[in-house]
Amino acid sequence: MDMADLGAVWLTLKLASVVTVLLLLIGTPIAWWLARTRSRLKGVIGAVVALPLVLPPTVLGFYLLLVLGPQGWGGQLTEALGLGLLPFTFPGLVVASVFYSMPFVVQPIQNAFEAIGERPLEVAATLRASPWSAFWSVAVPLARPGFLSGAILGFAHTVGEFGVVLMIGGNIPDKTRVISVQIYDHVEALEYAQAHWLAGGMLVFSFVVLLALYSLKQRGKGEAR
Amino acid sequence: MSTDTFLHARFRIERRDFCLDVDLTLPGRGITALFGHSGSGKTTCLRAMAGLEHAPGGRFALGDEVWQDDARGVFLPTHRRPLGYVFQEASLFPHLSVRRNMEFGQKRGGGSASVSLATVAELLGIAHLLDRRPASLSGGERQRVAIARALLTAPRLLLMDEPLAALDLKRKQEILPYLERLHDELSIPVIYVSHAPDEVARLADHLVLLDNGRVVASGPLMETLARTDLPPAFTDDAGVVLETTLARHEADHLSRLEFPGGAILVSQRPEALGSRLRCRIHARDVSLTRHRPLSSSILNILPATVAAIAATDTPGQVLVQLRMGETALLARITERSRRELLLEPGQPVWVQIKAVALLA
Repeated sequence: MDMADLGAVWLTLKLASVVTVLLLLIGTPIAWWLARTRSRLKGVIGAVVALPLVLPPTVLGFYLLLVLGPQGWGGQLTEALGLGLLPFTFPGLVVASVFYSMPFVVQPIQNAFEAIGERPLEVAATLRASPWSAFWSVAVPLARPGFLSGAILGFAHTVGEFGVVLMIGGNIPDKTRVISVQIYDHVEALEYAQAHWLAGGMLVFSFVVLLALYSLKQRGKGEAR
Repeated sequence: MSTDTFLHARFRIERRDFCLDVDLTLPGRGITALFGHSGSGKTTCLRAMAGLEHAPGGRFALGDEVWQDDARGVFLPTHRRPLGYVFQEASLFPHLSVRRNMEFGQKRGGGSASVSLATVAELLGIAHLLDRRPASLSGGERQRVAIARALLTAPRLLLMDEPLAALDLKRKQEILPYLERLHDELSIPVIYVSHAPDEVARLADHLVLLDNGRVVASGPLMETLARTDLPPAFTDDAGVVLETTLARHEADHLSRLEFPGGAILVSQRPEALGSRLRCRIHARDVSLTRHRPLSSSILNILPATVAAIAATDTPGQVLVQLRMGETALLARITERSRRELLLEPGQPVWVQIKAVALLA
């Protein structure tokens, strides 16, 4: 591996970490709302969150490019806020990845909140816990496996993205050139040996992540008994 | 809290296939049993008291503390109501130890120092379990921890939703004595939901009968159980409860239990003289004669007066209410016997009690 490869690895890990943290912050309230609301909007919001599961990444990237570009309302907003334009920057990649990985974080957390049910929160209320306090002291600890799955999936999925990155981030070394793009470049240049290092690394990484996830689920089942 | 405080509960909740409509005034101390068959609205009523269920237009007050009065826009959310709630099934937080479960409500209950964790753990016999996880406890132990946890919030009202229903007979027997101790040591009112007549007979002071979302009777336990005008659903298993005092041990392995208006003999009891013992006498175990039987193997034959006679849902059978001083008794006899004995209200008779169930 050369410096460009290491740069891509470092950038990818940085991107995935930032995105995972942001998704836990943004995704948790969304998951809580989806798990507990009786609003008719639940279906709509749930579908919007799940869209990236079925959309080709290029579609998502295309619209984000339009919205965040100089003519889009998003772009005009970021310029008005003095942030400049986001496409082809690292923050732009972060924004795109947050959208793209959202369902992988929201759904496990939502499922975990739903599995807790109403009862523990009612119990907490009869023990004088305000809804805010019950959320932190009861719902979050009981949903811990969901948070772990969500974080792992969100991280891994961000590491593995390609289409959205290419559309919104382009291919700028140390700014937006992540591992998957770097592999693409190597293959284009017929540098198969270098491509192997990165591609093989991704394979092992993905396997280890999934292994961790499944053993986590297995343990969760054991504890529930 | 003075003894003349009382609870007022007025709720109306309409569901698709069910309607709860109650307006109750209950004593401010002792155990009130909400008794009824499943689907009668007991649990819904209890949840409304706790604020877990919002009955629009309802009112709930404990003495002069109003927790809900929708007419004046008052509705305290559950976590702002000083109550303890024990759910039917184990409701301990699985991620916390027994001690942390108990502290959960204690520290949020305003840090009241009036009840210490050690005292409550002692009262419920769980002091040795404090460092265990809920998953490693038996059903009975979990329920005792849940009761302790509720008490540690220093509640002014304790609500219990069939706390024994999920337990087998042995576990029930294990918890009942603790509940009786609570009864003796707590000065707060307890609302106890149950569909088990024996639990109610053993624990309750006041009885509310619910049927199909409506209150069919509400009054002191013994008086209410002795009523003959209840719906058939409740007269089927009719019987009274006597609150007796263990007065004497006889030489021939019998004990004499006295109550206002009479005394009965039972097999020798292990309790000390002067102990209060509740016993239940089923209407079907009581028979009547016009004259005192001169020779009978039945021990308990007492003079009484017929107070009322009512039909039952079984054709050919009637329920007779009898008075012995302050105490009332029920007898379930056939219509033919009533005719042949020429039984009428006001008539003196002799009561033969075939069996006495001691509730201890």
